[in-house]
This record gives sequence, C-alpha cells and structure tokens, in this order.
Amino acid sequence: MGKTVYLDYSAGMPTDKRVVEVMLPYFSHEFGNPSSLHAYGGPARTAVETAREQVAKLVGAPDLKYIIFTSGATESNNLAIKGLARKRADKGKHIITSMAEHMSILNVCKALEKEGFKVTYLPIDKEAFVSVKAVEEAIKDDTILVTLGYANGEVGTIQDIKAIGEICQKKKVAFHVDAVPAAGRIPIDVKAEHIDLMTISSNDLYGPKGVGALYVGKGMDIVPLFDGGGQERKFRSGTENVPGIVGMGKAAELAMAEMGAEAKRLMALRDRLIDMVLKAIPASHLNGSRTKRLPQNANMRFSYIEGEALILNLDMVDVCTSTSSACTSKTLEPSHVLRAMGISHEEAHSALLINLGRLTRDEDIDVMIKVLPEIVKRLREMSPLTPKGLYKD
Amino acid sequence: MPGMYTEKVMDHFKNPRNMGEIPDADGLGTAGNPVCGDKMFIYIKIEADKIKDIKFKTFGCGAAVATSSMVTELAKGKGVIEAAHISKKDVAEALGGLPAIKMHCSNLAADALKVAIYEWLNKDQKAKARFKALYDELVPIIADIRAKEARGEDHGDGEGDACET
Repeated sequence: MGKTVYLDYSAGMPTDKRVVEVMLPYFSHEFGNPSSLHAYGGPARTAVETAREQVAKLVGAPDLKYIIFTSGATESNNLAIKGLARKRADKGKHIITSMAEHMSILNVCKALEKEGFKVTYLPIDKEAFVSVKAVEEAIKDDTILVTLGYANGEVGTIQDIKAIGEICQKKKVAFHVDAVPAAGRIPIDVKAEHIDLMTISSNDLYGPKGVGALYVGKGMDIVPLFDGGGQERKFRSGTENVPGIVGMGKAAELAMAEMGAEAKRLMALRDRLIDMVLKAIPASHLNGSRTKRLPQNANMRFSYIEGEALILNLDMVDVCTSTSSACTSKTLEPSHVLRAMGISHEEAHSALLINLGRLTRDEDIDVMIKVLPEIVKRLREMSPLTPKGLYKD
Repeated sequence: MPGMYTEKVMDHFKNPRNMGEIPDADGLGTAGNPVCGDKMFIYIKIEADKIKDIKFKTFGCGAAVATSSMVTELAKGKGVIEAAHISKKDVAEALGGLPAIKMHCSNLAADALKVAIYEWLNKDQKAKARFKALYDELVPIIADIRAKEARGEDHGDGEGDACET
C-alpha cells in the first residue's frame, strides 16, 4: 500500500504537533481549575487568558474579553443564534440567513421557528454568493439577526461580509458570522467588517477537536444555553477545557503567523489541480466561484457519475475525499448547497469535495491528477447516462 | 466508507460482473431515477426461455453497482420465471447484506431485471402467450416501479422523501 493522499481536510484535520506540545502540561501537572484562588488556579487562568488573546488577535477582536470558549462550532452557532434571538425576542422575531448555510445554522433556525421566530432563507446565486442587496431588502422592522457563513464550507465561496456588516450596522440588526472554514485561512477583522458575533472552530485551525470559540462583540448580550457556574462572562457555564483552550490558542497563533504563505501555497496547489482536472476530464465543472474562493477548497463535479462510487474508487487507490451525494447522507438528499446554486439533482450527485491542508504536497496533487481522470472514465463506461462519443477514442 | 459495505459488496463494486450493453438485446429494463442518484439498465438475451446473456449499466453508489452486478450473476442461465422472481432481498442476501439506508434506494437491480423480462414479453407475442401468468403478474409490479420513479421525478424541490421508496 502506497502513501495515503488525504484531501478531506474539511471533514477532519490533524492537530499540529506544535499545538499538542503546548497542551500536554495541562493534562498533568498544570491541572488546576482557572477559577481556583490557590496556587494551581493561577497558571490555568493565565493559560486560558493567553489563549483568549491569541484567538482575539486572529480575528481582530478589540479586546480579549470578547472571546468566549465553547465545545466547538456547533455550540458556538447555537449559542450565538439562539442566545441573541431569545435575548431580543421582545424587540422582534425575524431572522435572516441563507439556504446554503451549515446544518448548525439551518437546524438552529428551524428550532427557533418552533419557538415562534420567523426566518428568511435567502437564495444564493449559481456561484453560491448571497446578494448584499437581498440582505438589505429582507431586513424589516422586526429583524433582529442576520446569520451567515463567512465562506461556504462546501464550495468555498467567500461572501462580501463587510458590505453585509455595514448594512446590519446601519439598520441596527445583529450580525452573526460562521467563520469556521475561513478563520485562519484568510484575514478576518471583526471590527472592520462590522461583525457582532462570530463562530470559530479549533480543529479547523489545526487545533484539538472538542473546543471552539464565539466572538461576542461590544454591546452584544445573549442568553446562555447552559445554566451553571457562570464561567466565560456568564455566557458559557462549565469548567473550562483548559488543555483544549490552550491548544486552540496556539493553533490560532500559528494560523495567524503562517496564513499568508500557507494561503499562497494552497492556492497554487488548488489552482493546478482544478486546471489540470478540468482540462483532462470532459464534462467536468468547478462548483463555486473561481476567484473569491477559500484557498483550500476545490469542489468539482463530473457529469454522469455518482459521488459515492467516485470516492470509493479513489479510496481504493488510497486517496481520501468526500462527496455531497445523497448516497452518503442520512437524508438521501444531495447537497442543499449545490441545489440552492441551481445545480440539478442529478448533477449534484456527481460532486467531489476536495479540501487541501497543511500537509498537502505537490506529490499529492500529482497523484490526484493521475488517478482521477482514469476513475471518472471507468465509472462513465459503467453509467447509462454517459452520452456516446464523450470520449474521442 | 470502507466498513459500511461487506467484502462481497466491495468485490462486486471493484470487479463488476457482466458490465456493458447487449446491442441486440431481447429486453432492456430500466429502474431508478438519477434524481435520487441511481439509474440501472439491464440488458437480456433470451434463448430457449432462459437468460442466455445479461449485462448492466449503472449510475449510482457502491450499493447500486454491486446489486446490479449481483443480479446479473444470479439471473444468468436461469429460466425466465425464476429470474423474474429474484427479489431485492435475494440480491442483498447474496451480497452478505446491505446498509439499511441502501436497502431500498440503491437496490433496484431486481426491479430493472423484471422490467427487462416484461419488455421482452411485450416484444415477443408468442413468448407472451407462453408466459401469460408471468406477464399478468408483472403488469402491476411494473406499474408500481414506474409510479415510484415518477414520484422521484416530482422530487425537484429538495423536499420530501420520494427517494425513500
């Protein structure tokens, strides 16, 4: 068995060795509770505050106190959206999001609908952009929150967050942004982009799993999800996950230091992959925007074949990727993102999700460029949908 | 993905049996709906009321390919009555089982084979007379298969559960 080519960084990422190293003491001799007043509390408290500062810097938070640590992005999205909505329910009950958000936004919105909130699910265009104008027009007198992804995690399209933020600020509507796939990959500045609440995941920064953060900006008040000891400015009760938080902090620091060079490196790899694949495979298409795209994301579709069959074949030659075909999901529906982009059900089944990462090298792209056209061709030979003459030979 | 399927499913997926077309087929049966992510074509050649040759083409997931391959193996050489009675359960069992979610949506090859036999009977009036009972039995079954596919067709809004037939 050859070396595995891992191109599924949106599904899971390794924790950087440098991160693991700084976490280790906090599992053993530095086991203190940050709330303790004795000798063990101090170092733990300092470590958590250092991490808070590291995360604050990554996103341009004006003060470290605006960073709240949570158990991960799903909790952060729940806390931001439910917390804000419940806090401002007396001011209005209308929330705006898009049809193409992560399930931890869409399903939170659905849950709030059952509590009597009204949600507008804005459409996206064929490259997955949310229209700034549509956001503005959707804001009504009773709108309390706009919640959107900074970039689409599936197709990589980066939204015009600053323009939307300006509108929200002007209309005095809270603006929550899910920055999970974008934070640490591209520069984000919560202040300049008028973001009030922002979700960040540790694992997506090459930090440990099971920890995340929520930026809760100045003047934002939210109802906590949990009642308890009142940690994290009362927004998130529960003893702090000190090793996890320390790891997330270090991961944020590394991401910030390396972002520019890493983004450039990944974009070069990604563009070579996209160009070569689109050239080598007939009836292949890039999903999402070519230019306003996350550096690590390549999402393509190959007409007439189905995504799961494709990833199984890639797995047989030790290449790990994902698909958004229904056949791998519990719902049996193809990607809601691709569908919202106007891509047909049939075509949405033929998407391949590729996400590059810190350990991706030129050789990995070489392997992909070599194996993918052969596999697609083989599956097309098997498919009754393949038109005659698609391949010249 | 690996681990979700049995070794037998993966074997048929990796090395599909009888993949291809029969240009002068006596019957072509289709099942599934690309909207749901599956479409099977089964081609049959009949000789002396037996399945002399059978080939398949499939658009679909691992289970869709494996069930298509398996149904061709199960049917080859069998009499048409026996072949028409190969059930989805037979196919799944021969593959050592399928994940629950794949049982219905991707296990349509037995349906496609029934359709192929039905199409042959429609084309060959003498055969239709010889196998009148089988033909009468197939009529409502085929109607049901087509109705399920049509519900899949109506499934363009991303809502509902028509693919979970």
